[in-house]
Amino acid sequence: MAIISRGFSGRRTAADPKLPPGQYVTNDFPVLSAGPTQHLPLDQWEFVVDDGASALKRWNWKLFRELPAERVTADIHCVTRWSKFGTSWEGVSLDTLLADVKTDARYAMAHSYGGYSTNLPLEDLKNHQAWVVFRFDGHDLAPEHGGPARLLVPHLYFWKSAKWVRGMTLMTQDEPGFWETNGYHIYGDPWREQRYSGE
Amino acid sequence: MARTAILGRVTWRVGKAVALYDETASARTLTLEVPDWPGHVPGQHVEVRLTAPDGYSAVRSYSIASAPNSENRLEITVERLPNGEVSPYLAQELIVGDELELRGPIGGWFVWRPEQIEPIQLIAGGSGIVPLMAMIRSRTSSTSGAPFRLLYSVREPASVFYREELRSLADRGIVRITHAYTRAVPQDWSRPPGRINADLIANATFPSTLSPTCYVCGPTSFVENASGLLIASGHSAQRIRTERFGPTGDRR
Repeated sequence: MAIISRGFSGRRTAADPKLPPGQYVTNDFPVLSAGPTQHLPLDQWEFVVDDGASALKRWNWKLFRELPAERVTADIHCVTRWSKFGTSWEGVSLDTLLADVKTDARYAMAHSYGGYSTNLPLEDLKNHQAWVVFRFDGHDLAPEHGGPARLLVPHLYFWKSAKWVRGMTLMTQDEPGFWETNGYHIYGDPWREQRYSGE
Repeated sequence: MARTAILGRVTWRVGKAVALYDETASARTLTLEVPDWPGHVPGQHVEVRLTAPDGYSAVRSYSIASAPNSENRLEITVERLPNGEVSPYLAQELIVGDELELRGPIGGWFVWRPEQIEPIQLIAGGSGIVPLMAMIRSRTSSTSGAPFRLLYSVREPASVFYREELRSLADRGIVRITHAYTRAVPQDWSRPPGRINADLIANATFPSTLSPTCYVCGPTSFVENASGLLIASGHSAQRIRTERFGPTGDRR
């Protein structure tokens, strides 16, 4: 039974079917990171797919940018309760990056420059659900938003869209990443409000 | 980078406002009594839920300002945002005796634990002082001897939270404090108003050679600036923990 807050009416907007439960719409693009912004020279950047033992795929920036890129428009949802509609990105689909990878793995751990990590089921990275993006709103992705390249997995809470992404380790069993170890949900579906561990 | 935090499932609890205190013209500290509060680590936050008579509800996160204590009391300090949905209610409407729902504690990274013995450098911008205050208060009430320094940037002298308590903690040698002002300074202040710069970092914070852990909390632009200066002065990015709030002001 909820406690009624005397005199509280709230700032309501018409119910929007695009807005997951407990979220509000923002037009800003807030920045949330656990540590300092990483500034990465492009000539030192690489993206590596490995299986925990050895590298299966490796791209430097030049080879990565030669891969076919796509424009993506998506709504994004942060666990801190803001949602931003219609964000536009450009990047390489994980379908492309994982196309020639033969694996029995069912999960992946995305790794970032700076030490961040986040875990995802492999099936959430396929079928046009995930990209490594390098442009936002027509501009090169700013470092504070994860540039030169970040993961974009818009159907999950935005902490899964790792900034400064440098690669992915394929795993046969699910393991928690950084925020998943620090109290946040292992999967993070905004439509089921999977914000914190155990929800 | 990650460390395991033992965190149970967070459930909604009822907190009763037992004291209210205006920190500044726009910020108020709420002392909430939460009988079944499970305890917290300084730096963690709670979610507060307000519900209207027709069932509409809104939830926002607030850092905990108080140290863990045996009285099941929590303090949060709420800055009233001009277009806020929840903060004006908490900072103006709520009265002593009112109940509200909250859940937590949340977050296992931007925290200080009394087992940490290394020097601690705190850098706060505006209401970013709140979780850092919980750390300072916990340092006071624990047996930890970790050296603490605080660099606290505010708009003007009247914007300082916890003014008397911070002065008293500094006088007792618990924490060395440097205030900085971005818009207006006190009379006879030696430094003109302005953002934190390399000079201030060099003169008012622990040097990187002491390997402090740095906690930086404030608006995004503040955190970007301060953490960038720390790295430029030799601190390892691995030893800088950040918490940002507010928009970027820069849509790129």
